[in-house]
Amino acid sequence: MSAATGEQKFRWVGTRPVRPDGHDKVTGRARYGADFSLPGMLCGRVLRSPHAHARILKIDTAEALALEGVHAVLTGDDLPDLTSSEESSSLSAASRNIMARDKVLYHGHAVAAVAASTPEVAREALALIRVEYEVLESVLGIEEALADGAPLLDEELRTKGEEDPKPSNVAAKVMFSNGDIEVGFALADEIVEREFTTQAVHQGYIEPHACLAQMGEDGKATLWVSSQGQFAIRSMTAGILGVELSHLRVIPAEIGGGVGGKTTVYLEPLAVALSRKSGRPVKMVMSREEVFRGSGPALGTRIKVKLGATREGRLVAAQALLHYEAGGFPGSSVQAGAMTIFSSYALEHLEITGYDVVVNKPKGAAYRAPGAPMAAFATESLMDELATRLEIDPVDFRLRNAAKEGVQSAFGPRFRRIGLVETLEAIQAHPHYRAPLKPNQGRGVAVGFWFNAGLQSSASVNVNEDGTVSVVSGSPDIGGSRASLAIMAAEELGIEYEAVDVTVADTASVGFNDVTGGSRVTFATGMAVIESAREVIQQLRERAASIWDVEVDQVVWQEGRACVPDSKEIESLDLKAIADQAGETGGPITGRHSLSARGVGMGFGAHICDVQVDPETGRVEVVRYTAVQDAGRAIHPSYVEGQMQGGVAQGIGWALNEEYIYNADGELQNPGFLDYRIPVASDLPMIDTVIVEVPNDGHPYGVRGVGEVPIVAPLPAVANAVCAATGVRFTDLPLSPPRVLKGIEDAETVS
Amino acid sequence: MESNWDGSASPFQKERKLAHVTLPRSLSEKVEGELELEVDARNVRALIRALDLRFPGIGEILSGQTAVAIDGEILSEAGIEPLSAQSEVHFLPRVGGG
Amino acid sequence: MRHIRATVDGEATEFLCDEGSTLLDALRDSLQKTGTKEGCGTGDCGACSVIFDGRLVCACLVLAAEAEGATVETVEGISKEGVLHPLQRHFLEDAALQCGICTPGFLVAAKNLLERNVDPSEEEVRFWLAGNLCRCTGYDKIIRAVLNTAAELRGESS
Repeated sequence: MSAATGEQKFRWVGTRPVRPDGHDKVTGRARYGADFSLPGMLCGRVLRSPHAHARILKIDTAEALALEGVHAVLTGDDLPDLTSSEESSSLSAASRNIMARDKVLYHGHAVAAVAASTPEVAREALALIRVEYEVLESVLGIEEALADGAPLLDEELRTKGEEDPKPSNVAAKVMFSNGDIEVGFALADEIVEREFTTQAVHQGYIEPHACLAQMGEDGKATLWVSSQGQFAIRSMTAGILGVELSHLRVIPAEIGGGVGGKTTVYLEPLAVALSRKSGRPVKMVMSREEVFRGSGPALGTRIKVKLGATREGRLVAAQALLHYEAGGFPGSSVQAGAMTIFSSYALEHLEITGYDVVVNKPKGAAYRAPGAPMAAFATESLMDELATRLEIDPVDFRLRNAAKEGVQSAFGPRFRRIGLVETLEAIQAHPHYRAPLKPNQGRGVAVGFWFNAGLQSSASVNVNEDGTVSVVSGSPDIGGSRASLAIMAAEELGIEYEAVDVTVADTASVGFNDVTGGSRVTFATGMAVIESAREVIQQLRERAASIWDVEVDQVVWQEGRACVPDSKEIESLDLKAIADQAGETGGPITGRHSLSARGVGMGFGAHICDVQVDPETGRVEVVRYTAVQDAGRAIHPSYVEGQMQGGVAQGIGWALNEEYIYNADGELQNPGFLDYRIPVASDLPMIDTVIVEVPNDGHPYGVRGVGEVPIVAPLPAVANAVCAATGVRFTDLPLSPPRVLKGIEDAETVS
Repeated sequence: MESNWDGSASPFQKERKLAHVTLPRSLSEKVEGELELEVDARNVRALIRALDLRFPGIGEILSGQTAVAIDGEILSEAGIEPLSAQSEVHFLPRVGGG
Repeated sequence: MRHIRATVDGEATEFLCDEGSTLLDALRDSLQKTGTKEGCGTGDCGACSVIFDGRLVCACLVLAAEAEGATVETVEGISKEGVLHPLQRHFLEDAALQCGICTPGFLVAAKNLLERNVDPSEEEVRFWLAGNLCRCTGYDKIIRAVLNTAAELRGESS
């Protein structure tokens, strides 16, 4: 595939047309997960553990089953036990997460489910299920989990990557190193070292998990579900239930936000299993409280970082010790945290150690650039502190050490072409960087990195009889990706954008697609669409050649028309004219392409944040924010900006307000949007964006993923701004008013 | 020191015929500390086979639990990805996305 | 079961409901008007915003039985005869939606604002819409779309 040159001329790429699914979404016609119904449909509900850590001694469902209107009751015993199958340890954990066996590992862990004629009957039935628990001491944080004699969540769990491991709550150890850390710190004139903590936060998508399942007596099932990937839902649901993939068709509903949290299953296998048991369609929708208690947050972290630099502002050594909570089952985002913690800088000497720690909280799920924001909070806070101590401008300091092409990354490989330097130069040049501040205001900067993903995609491009074009993809559209796919198809074919429509197809109607995640859809599925369109062009040239009775190589596809250059007699044919004759020239014109995407371009962003801190209350308000990001190439700039603005808003929430609050018994105290407060419109300013385009030579148009990078920098950008406003270096998030007020008061007491 | 942490001059630019492979620290014990080695292999699958012959059992870990970076590009499914004499290959933990 | 007569999106409508069921349940389950969304069920997210006798309310906090004789406007009644309301058009042109689940509530709430005040400041828009949660956009493009619509409604070019 030809690579981006940066000098390409485009007709549609870079424009801002209305998205193909837009009309449905502003009129209420778009169908999300909870909007589907079938005749005879039952209501499925889940019974959840009232304890954070307990052994299940007995579950008696007899009374519930006897209740009129109850059609099926399900417990862990109804699902195949996948524990012994070594290969599917993640599937086994997913199975035990959606329905506990033996033990409950967090407050809200599912223990049983019912299908009943109405929601009221279902609720009544849940109350009739008798569960006997032996309550165990719970482990609610990293400290407690690591303590000698700590209660064990899993007596069999041993630390992967540790020599001679004993059973513990540490599931894995990861390490990265380069050079010699002692030599490195010996070279440093300034060394800073601090420990940082962050709390559990939820992805906070506004649409709760929802699905509708129907299984026939032949064992074939259909599932309508809102998710980030119908194929992932299919494989996990089928794997957990022991159903063949071809017997489960998953139809993607519109998805009301995912942010990583809808890449896994919660209700889906239960709905299918309840449908199998009852012989009726079963719909399951989580309440908001269940979303908080039972679906995956990004959990808490404790990160210690030490940085050393020379007087001239050259970083010479970096060391990090990361502990990430995984929730009830192994698998935190510590690996990515460890890989990204120093990835923005060129470093000769570094040592990174990370631990994956199980605690009695919900099993964590991916959350936008999983693991990276917390790591950046630690490193970028210390970069700020070093810059202050060295009396170097914080952007200059970062520029002196910025990762660039050829530099060996902290996680191993050398960087290909990346745009960190360009984004830093852009914030330095931005008027915001020099704008005056008022009293009690402070300005912070920070950078953020994410790998971005490629993975597998399939798409097809079908030319309709009237010359319009239908693009079929298998990538759920969460943020306008239908528009970017349509733009790329129209660009390749040289036709009107409005002539292209895009459908997100079910698992039986398009080849396999990995999830909409890893910022990959416009990049990878986009490449599948581009290749499909190119195949269509090849066919269009062949058809034109046969119509004109000339050789195919004589026919050129140009600006949406087949023509024979230099020929006076042959009048060019447009798509419509060729489509009109498709039947006689060989049948329907369709292009199709599947790929394991190559050429992923890594992403960087640089942010400027101004805050105002009320010294009386400790309340922090973000008063101005500018986000700069290297998008490689912005296909639809509005949706690139949208990703940046949305990521920033989530990051600000993480930095200032959001946290799971537990009581001593491990019960979540704030499972609702009133007490778990995500930013609202009146909390935020406009979020200024600057798109930098350093083309990714691995993509025909130069695209890099954009969705995840923007959530990485806000945590430290906000904290650095608060430090600038108050003179206090805060190391624990969120920067809620009581914490900030205490920090200010403590500092005053000291001075 | 031959390192090129700042990207100035690569120690790997000198003449060589083999792919240069870096393994994750977590495998140190299994490969007797030989985390950097030169291997003659035409693609990633062959490379993993060659490593498995040398360090029995490592093949399963490398093919099942890691991603591969070839010349700076991280690939999640890299089995038949061709390697050249100049390839720098890193085995890394797999990272998903949100 | 109660028998309720109400005007919903301009149409005389009848439905049956339990004493305890909400207006949101009635709209979504009895009337199949699924354009109105449920994000929390506790009045915290605004996804179920509807206009109830001229007042902006969360349909999840109103009992279905209260709708007797009332006029209810949902997102499904905003466009008229196939023509989008300027707000809907600006939401599309300004890319003010990403996943779109909060969009119905925002449109209903913003329309109610503009019917009261066709020249709101940015701050007034932000505070009026503070009861509607959006997790995707950071609100920037939503606020711009509302301000651009207001300008158009005032006859200014946006």
